[in-house]
Amino acid sequence: MTTMIKTENATKSFTMSYHRSLKQIALAKARGRKTHETFNAVDDVSFTVQEGESVGLMGLNGSGKSTLLKLVSGVMRPDSGSVLTRGRIAGLIATGAGFDPQLTGRDNLYLNAAILGMSRAETDRKFDEIVDFADLGKFLETEVAYYSSGMKARLGFAVAINVDADIFIADEALAVGDRPFKRKCKKRMDEIVKSGVTMFYVSHAPGSVRNLCNRVLVLDHGKLAFDGDVDEGIAFLHYDDDEDEKGRRSDDGLGADI
Amino acid sequence: MPLAPPAATGLAEVVRRRYLLRMLVRNTIQSRYQGTVLGWTWSYLQPAIRFCLFYFLFQVMVGRGGNMENFAVHLFAGMVIVHFFTETFNGGTQSLIQSRGLITKLPVPREMFPVSRMLVAAWHTVPMLVILVFVCLLLGWLPDPVGMAAALLGFTLTALLGLALGLVFSVANVFMRDFGKVAQTLTQFVTFSVPMMYPYTLVQERFGEPIASYYLYNPMAEAVLLIQRGFWTGTTSDPTYTEALHLPDALFTRGVVMTLIALVLVVLAQRLFSRLESRVPERL
Repeated sequence: MTTMIKTENATKSFTMSYHRSLKQIALAKARGRKTHETFNAVDDVSFTVQEGESVGLMGLNGSGKSTLLKLVSGVMRPDSGSVLTRGRIAGLIATGAGFDPQLTGRDNLYLNAAILGMSRAETDRKFDEIVDFADLGKFLETEVAYYSSGMKARLGFAVAINVDADIFIADEALAVGDRPFKRKCKKRMDEIVKSGVTMFYVSHAPGSVRNLCNRVLVLDHGKLAFDGDVDEGIAFLHYDDDEDEKGRRSDDGLGADI
Repeated sequence: MPLAPPAATGLAEVVRRRYLLRMLVRNTIQSRYQGTVLGWTWSYLQPAIRFCLFYFLFQVMVGRGGNMENFAVHLFAGMVIVHFFTETFNGGTQSLIQSRGLITKLPVPREMFPVSRMLVAAWHTVPMLVILVFVCLLLGWLPDPVGMAAALLGFTLTALLGLALGLVFSVANVFMRDFGKVAQTLTQFVTFSVPMMYPYTLVQERFGEPIASYYLYNPMAEAVLLIQRGFWTGTTSDPTYTEALHLPDALFTRGVVMTLIALVLVVLAQRLFSRLESRVPERL
């Protein structure tokens, strides 16, 4: 088995700047208050992910999921420890980030694909597939500024989900779009998992984690609190209680992501 | 494929991902004249009108040409390169903050943004340069190899210096927004500290040595002088006389040395940039 993600004692600390101007710092010092405070958003986290594994990352709000994901995707670098990955990383992270509202859907499609690391030839090859997935019809040649939020989200998703990745990261709620689009996304994600791509999936929805993942990591205040079986992980977070009340309709599981 | 840190960085990575760089540059250029009917024509119209204003003001109204031939060309040639520098420097300084949405969410080599600003600035310089050449040709100027080399050296020096400053100030500006203001102040200073609105000889006359020598330590003054050698001196009735009168000695030696220093500065700036940029996303 090939190791795809290797995280060793990764720590990322943030500074909370209370007082930034000279006057504020001087006042804080004079009153004997702290001028800044640091905390570890990700605290000494170690794990490895093998090829083909599908890992669900869970935890309460503020537990450090997004920060850990940013360390894995390369947006942030750990202050100490290391995060190493193999191959191209892509996925549903901040879909549509970097859209230029003044450009047409087509131009934004190419721009977004380039940001995600695709070449011109690769984008040309996948163009039809992406356009088909986004289902924008004649709006493809319209400036993105005039798109409805659903259309914008669909275009972002369509590009991101069609990038060939060795590690597929998904941080976004699948709650965007209407039901047919949601279904289409879910189907595509299932295909990705089946094709043996390593998946790293952040979610609050036990239903979709159970569906997609075969391992769960739980973060608690930046520390890795649980690493193992999916159902045990969900039970560890006590996320299984309320699910019984709702029933297990898979679309609800997807929709309740935020 | 080996295990590696997830996102590669550095200027080399910017070169490797030049497809994305080209796209960022193109989009920035396109969006400037978005929604205008005349489109890119504006990038010629604006500098052309500016030149006509100068010509009228200095040559016709004030009659500044008394002791200086073609003062409007002298002024405009200087402006072309100063404009290139200030746009690279100021644009670079703001580049990380303005691309916040992208930087905080997706892994892109962060050097990409100051570099793309420099290329955008270079692109905007082209129309000004075309107008400069057009006016020079009207005045009977013919390109000479030495003059072209001087102009090229001047632009290289400006590009490298602007990029080095853009890299340092862009990342510094993330940590302290004061650096943006410092950059603005510095660029104002540049406009007045180069031989553009006045000839270099004026500095010598008024202040003499050693101030005139210190004045020449300013790389932008050197770059402007190189541009004057490339365009302005050739438009005068006796270029050799004008050069001897208005340009300092050892113009090329100083230019080459400064360009090499600027190249070293780019390397150092990149080092500093990569040391600081790891904390950029959370500070934006």
